[in-house]
Amino acid sequence: MSLESRVTEIIIDKLGVKPEQVTVEAQFDTDLGADSIDQYELIMGFEDAFGLRIDEDEATQLTTVGKVIEYLRAKDLDK
Amino acid sequence: MGRNDTALVGTGRRVIMKRLAVVTGAARGIGYSISEKLVRSGWSVAGCDVLKDDLMTASDKLGDSFSPWVLDITDENAVQETAGRIENELGPVFGLVNNAGITRDGLIMRMEKKDWDLVLNVNLTGAFLMCRAFSRGMLRQKEGSIVNISSVVALLGAPGQVNYVSTKAGLLGLTRSLSREFAARNIRVNAVAPGFIETEMTRELSEKIREDYAGRVPMKRMGKPENIADAVRFLLDDVSSYITGVVLPVDGGLTT
Repeated sequence: MSLESRVTEIIIDKLGVKPEQVTVEAQFDTDLGADSIDQYELIMGFEDAFGLRIDEDEATQLTTVGKVIEYLRAKDLDK
Repeated sequence: MGRNDTALVGTGRRVIMKRLAVVTGAARGIGYSISEKLVRSGWSVAGCDVLKDDLMTASDKLGDSFSPWVLDITDENAVQETAGRIENELGPVFGLVNNAGITRDGLIMRMEKKDWDLVLNVNLTGAFLMCRAFSRGMLRQKEGSIVNISSVVALLGAPGQVNYVSTKAGLLGLTRSLSREFAARNIRVNAVAPGFIETEMTRELSEKIREDYAGRVPMKRMGKPENIADAVRFLLDDVSSYITGVVLPVDGGLTT
């Protein structure tokens, strides 16, 4: 499964949104309705799925689906 | 669940299948009583305390369902590390009881800042650090119950205890705010406010304060640690599954 698909799957699972809502530009808060604790759980979900720790400073920057994919890709975790 | 709910899994690691609660200040007084009550109600307890000898005595008395963890809850790194070890070695933590507390009484004019700081660090900051350390695991399992041990003095005030009372009132703020952060995640956060309870700590209070409180209790007697333990057990167990953000006074009618 591609990195994008895995990220999308986690977002659908955690936020209960429809697949078509999960676009690269989608903002977690305004577009996908995630409150701050939802966003924390999302980060936790990415950490668990990809086996890494995302520190708080980095986590607060990951505000869109695209930024998450970009971040994970830079970590060279696309396996 | 019975007493033999332990099992070996494939890795050979011993996993305790009972529901696990962490109790701070578990070696003596109310914390020991809470630990004892939980162990007897089918919980396993990770008991934390700085008092190593007393903790080992408690461990001897409470048996295999109680594991002793020497921990200074004011030490941020030690709290994180111990929380990780408890989760790794014993499994997911479903209950957290922030009970550890100290007093350094004195009139405000004579209270040194170090006594203010110490009481705040142990009673309030310690509880914050413990809540933070176990939040992640509770969020992951979407289940948890936190009980903070406050005091009726948080509601009444007490002369000679501005440091202690400030922390006990602070714990109510922590309780209410955290209950709102976590309510939608099935993690409950409540407080118990003990009245005048017979413990090592209250025996250290001045005779004047002791007499003052005892005389004001409508039930005309001091409470026992077990009375607090019963309330904590209620708030940890599923029987209270729709209760969050409350302060439960256990005080013989003192605040009502």
